[in-house]
Amino acid sequence: MTAQPFVMPPPHPKERRIIFENISQPGYDPSIDTFIKHGGYESLKKALTMKPVEIIDAVKASNLRGRGGAGFPCGVKWSFIKHDDGKPHYIVVNGDESEPGTFKDRYILHYDPHQLIEGLVISAYATNTHLSYIYIRCEFPEAAGIVWNAIEEAKARGFVGKNILGSGFDCDIYVHQGAGAYICGEETSLLESLEGKRPYPRIKPPYFPAVLGLYMKPTIVNNVETICHVKHILRLGPEEYAKMGTPGDGGTRTMCVSGDVVKPGFYELPAGAVTLGELIFDICGGLKPGRKLKAVIPGGSSAKVLRAEEIFKVKVKGADGQMVDKEIKMLDVVMDAATLGSVGSMIGSAGVIVMDDTREMVWALNNLNQFYAHESCGQCTPCREGSLWMSKITTRMLDGGGQGADPKTLQNVADNIAGRTVCAFGEACAWPTQSFLAKFPEEFEAVAAEK
Amino acid sequence: MTATTAADPKAATTRQADQVTPEFEAAIDEIVTHYPVSKRSASLPLLHYWQNTFGSVDDSGIEWIAARLELQPINIYELVTFYPWFRREAAGKTIIRVCRTLACAMAGSYEVKEKFCSAVGLDPLAEHHGFGEAPPTSADGKFSVEFVECLASCGSAPVALINNTLHEKITPESIPGIVGQYQ
Repeated sequence: MTAQPFVMPPPHPKERRIIFENISQPGYDPSIDTFIKHGGYESLKKALTMKPVEIIDAVKASNLRGRGGAGFPCGVKWSFIKHDDGKPHYIVVNGDESEPGTFKDRYILHYDPHQLIEGLVISAYATNTHLSYIYIRCEFPEAAGIVWNAIEEAKARGFVGKNILGSGFDCDIYVHQGAGAYICGEETSLLESLEGKRPYPRIKPPYFPAVLGLYMKPTIVNNVETICHVKHILRLGPEEYAKMGTPGDGGTRTMCVSGDVVKPGFYELPAGAVTLGELIFDICGGLKPGRKLKAVIPGGSSAKVLRAEEIFKVKVKGADGQMVDKEIKMLDVVMDAATLGSVGSMIGSAGVIVMDDTREMVWALNNLNQFYAHESCGQCTPCREGSLWMSKITTRMLDGGGQGADPKTLQNVADNIAGRTVCAFGEACAWPTQSFLAKFPEEFEAVAAEK
Repeated sequence: MTATTAADPKAATTRQADQVTPEFEAAIDEIVTHYPVSKRSASLPLLHYWQNTFGSVDDSGIEWIAARLELQPINIYELVTFYPWFRREAAGKTIIRVCRTLACAMAGSYEVKEKFCSAVGLDPLAEHHGFGEAPPTSADGKFSVEFVECLASCGSAPVALINNTLHEKITPESIPGIVGQYQ
């Protein structure tokens, strides 16, 4: 059996489909012929006439930020690679999409694999890389087969392999499958996994695999969607591309909306084009009849939760260029990296989980605590023990065994994980507990006091 | 460890490594070529290939893969015990992996998992601890059911990965029909 054919709904007027332009065409299939018919591999041809440094400059000028969660400027990351250092370089595409609430790379891998391959070969050319891996989580078994097949097709047409399109540039690409561990999405863990070791994240510094990465050589690790954007930066030109977003956050972003909305799904929007309210009520059709908005996790499960009636005090640039204080309501929060950061959360992987007034916050947090307890790799004691303690406490609270001190204990455990671990999983598992407690204290106290 | 209906690996009379064929070895050789810098990188794909062929990874499998990649058995064993995907015991012919995480849970995945268990004759409350043990498996060996963490399809929740196929927007009513496709 194969996956059902995927039909994308027509775009909302605010949407601007670049990554999903092909996929939203009726009858589009993942074959190379279809891709070429839709202008595929033209950007690669253009790239091969450019100097690698020109491509890196274009990516820098595009203000493309990583789409995997950390949001690091892509061109800056690439510029850490020294072209003439005499070392082999590697690119590893992070297709380990596992952040709860995020489901965009799945569709690219299944339905438009050549878009990724074209972006990857351009990226490899720009960074003087001859060997690349696409790391795909094993829970996407069909995607792995589809991408393998696409690589073979591209090889047969001279887009991958030796002497690509007669340019003298070589690049081999292989698919590597994970084995069910969320931690492998952390870039240094992913490299350990690819090296065949237990995927314990590496100690920093060095902070960037571009310094010491796969096999201790300079390595670029980028998310699937990020690599796909590279192709479009060349196609549209970096200025045109950057114009779509906000300063410092260029291009489109695929927002994945799930939970209690009428039309869950993913929506490709220019960065900063909509507020949270527009996303939930205009684009996703609002909540189910009679329900009220209660909470939103805006950037994947690790992002701090926002409460519906919250009012944030943020600093914004006034008309005279001075920073002024401004109050904004939760629904007026603009969906871009800067605004979500200024309200104490993050855009992360842009996985938006919406919860209405029927949801109990202790229950929701417990679900996430169980996730993090299961996925902690166990390398660092605060995270290995702490994530399990938090999960045990919230589970006990829900089972009717709440104790008055539970909220305080949860807070104490979470506060002692964040900042004390090798990788950002420590923060990722502490932030839900910290933010749910801060935003919904009355619910936690009530459940703790229940007898 | 909770009891499962799967066979105890220690009681197995045949070692998986004794069933390795020349075709199997040729496939392994090809996989190793994907990793020109370090053979050790092939350990995950070899474990996948092994488990896909034999249904699980027994001691002989760990030793065979280690020897093939010029590693110590512990280098392979520590992967089998880390990654949730690998198991030391055979599971059912069809493995139903229901997503447990937030968006799916909000859409009813706990009920979905219980209904799957009932539909294939398993105790809905049977616990599964991982660590290489097979998920709860029906007496006829046809089905295993387990919870897994986020399958990255939150927009079409609740979902389940059944063998290699994702089933989306599952309702309790649709479950008998889905199970029927795999009978």
